[in-house]
Amino acid sequence: MAALGIRGLHKRFGSTEVLKGIDLTVENGEFAVLLGPSGCGKSTLLNVIAGLEQPDGGTVEIGDRVVNAIPPKDRDIAMVFQSYALYPAMTVRRNITFGMECRGVPKPQQDEAVARVATLLQIDGLLERKPSQLSGGQRQRVAMGRALVRDPLLFLFDEPLSNLDARLRVDMRGEIKQLHARIASTIVYVTHDQIEAMTMASRIAVMDRGEIQQFAAPEVVYGKPANLFVARFLGTPPMNTIAARLAHDSEGLAAVIGAGRPDEVRLPLPAQPAAARDWIDRDVFLGIRPECISDVGRRTDFPTARFDAEVVMSEPTGAETVVLARAAGERLRARVAPDVRLPSGQRAPFLADTRTACLFDPKTERLIA
Amino acid sequence: MIDVMRPGRWLLYAVLAAFAVFFLLPLAVVILNSFRTAQEIARSSVIGWPATLAWQNWVQAWSGYCIAQRCEGIQPYMVNSFLLVIPATLLSTALGAVAGYSVSLWRFRGDNVLFAIVVMGVFLPEQMKLIPWALVLRDLGLSNTITALVLIHTVQGISFTTLFCRNYFLGIPQDLMKAARVDGAGYFRTFWRIVLPLSPPILIVTVIWQFTGIWNEFLYGVTFTTGEQQPVTAALIAISTTPATDLVEYGIQSAAVLLAALPTLLVYFFGGRYFMRGLTAGAIK
Repeated sequence: MAALGIRGLHKRFGSTEVLKGIDLTVENGEFAVLLGPSGCGKSTLLNVIAGLEQPDGGTVEIGDRVVNAIPPKDRDIAMVFQSYALYPAMTVRRNITFGMECRGVPKPQQDEAVARVATLLQIDGLLERKPSQLSGGQRQRVAMGRALVRDPLLFLFDEPLSNLDARLRVDMRGEIKQLHARIASTIVYVTHDQIEAMTMASRIAVMDRGEIQQFAAPEVVYGKPANLFVARFLGTPPMNTIAARLAHDSEGLAAVIGAGRPDEVRLPLPAQPAAARDWIDRDVFLGIRPECISDVGRRTDFPTARFDAEVVMSEPTGAETVVLARAAGERLRARVAPDVRLPSGQRAPFLADTRTACLFDPKTERLIA
Repeated sequence: MIDVMRPGRWLLYAVLAAFAVFFLLPLAVVILNSFRTAQEIARSSVIGWPATLAWQNWVQAWSGYCIAQRCEGIQPYMVNSFLLVIPATLLSTALGAVAGYSVSLWRFRGDNVLFAIVVMGVFLPEQMKLIPWALVLRDLGLSNTITALVLIHTVQGISFTTLFCRNYFLGIPQDLMKAARVDGAGYFRTFWRIVLPLSPPILIVTVIWQFTGIWNEFLYGVTFTTGEQQPVTAALIAISTTPATDLVEYGIQSAAVLLAALPTLLVYFFGGRYFMRGLTAGAIK
């Protein structure tokens, strides 16, 4: 059974089309993350799923039931907000039981549910406090408790960790992931933080300008981006997308950067994808992750292509150094070992691991292979 | 640095003190006269120290002096004012809170237009509305009743109270409303359980505002009520035009004015700091 099914969803605010035909199916027990830059429509989509906004077209199904005409409270959902949205005048206990109170759940059952959730989230000691007496992390837990207590078919999280400081965010990220593993419920989680998406999601829906660009497992979205937007959005730094020409010689397919120039760079493509055969001698975009380009000191047990590039800038991050370089006139980023010092303005040799390289159609911007 | 600034600072204080004296002088004259007998004032002038403390002015003003052939002082008119100001204040504040909640947090089609129309009432002069009200009161059969004044001040107060409450409620995060909807709370439950508990600062402001405004209101009181139905502001005018004796009773009149001003002064003394705090209260965390 699909926990959530969205078909042809449209939403306009005035003359602005915010959602342009969204189709999305989230299976039971999945942790689906809606990821995208601000203004991409991900929060609007979540609000439509919750019933807080009405769509202008299309259907929303929750648990195989069309819910377009059903108010939020009857959709069998629970929501966690970015601002936590705890009721300031109520104690933690009241915050958690308010929904049950509205639905007329008998008091003994309410107490039982609060006790269960409080233990699960370790907020037993906070139940009689007001939200203003809690730290950010504690408020976050209470907000989750308010959602958990409903035991709904679908959990909706709207950037729940954005208001926490960096360290707490990492902790809570892990906790939410463990929580999901334990209660095995379906979650739709909105974020603009790709680390959150990569670490928690079972599938990521990458959104841009009101459309879902790709909906796939994190490793697929990262390794085989469906188009240039996804390639350039994910990863810090993101995938290099370099104008190149696809060539075929005695060794097979290769991407040639700056073809025809004296310093052209020829990178063989060991995967030899069949879909790329149509593109021989045509312009493509070569997609290659910065971690696949390294200094020549790295030891590898697989074939790599060696090429020279001019170093433009080095950014040491501690664990590694990101180097911006120019090869045959095209800019690219490499991740080199932290002890490698490459002076700016000089040429240096690099190694490229092209086994996972991608090719994109420069017109449609879609993945070729 | 401090030494250099000192002369300027003294000048500043001197100017401020001069202004304070200037503004407080009328009050001082009234207070002094309330303790002087009519004869004494007639002999000297309306400005002067009391020769003896004439406490009977206060007693007369409260319960003995004759106003329009009724020798009970301003006491019954004070009661009228309370009978008027308490229900009108509570009703207009309650309605303004609900209206402000509706237009700020429970959005509906045309809410901004409705709000603009309601707030327009703030800018309409009372004189303009005298005749319409007269017609309404006649048709309702409420002419010359305190109920009529309660109705008028409740209806007219809604403009201000809606404006105050709406602006305050805009500071309540929309996420709270969304959370309430997901939890299944309806219009009144959301208002009662979530919005109202956050509202004491603005409710105090509107209550003070309405209380002082309605208590001090004169035009409607004097126009739509006569005799025993009049609020104290209208009765005070009757005092000054009552030629009880040959002497003008400045002493009693002064005491009556001070008594009539007492409720709003007390509200200011006890509620003033809440008023200031409420007006500047920012968003609700």
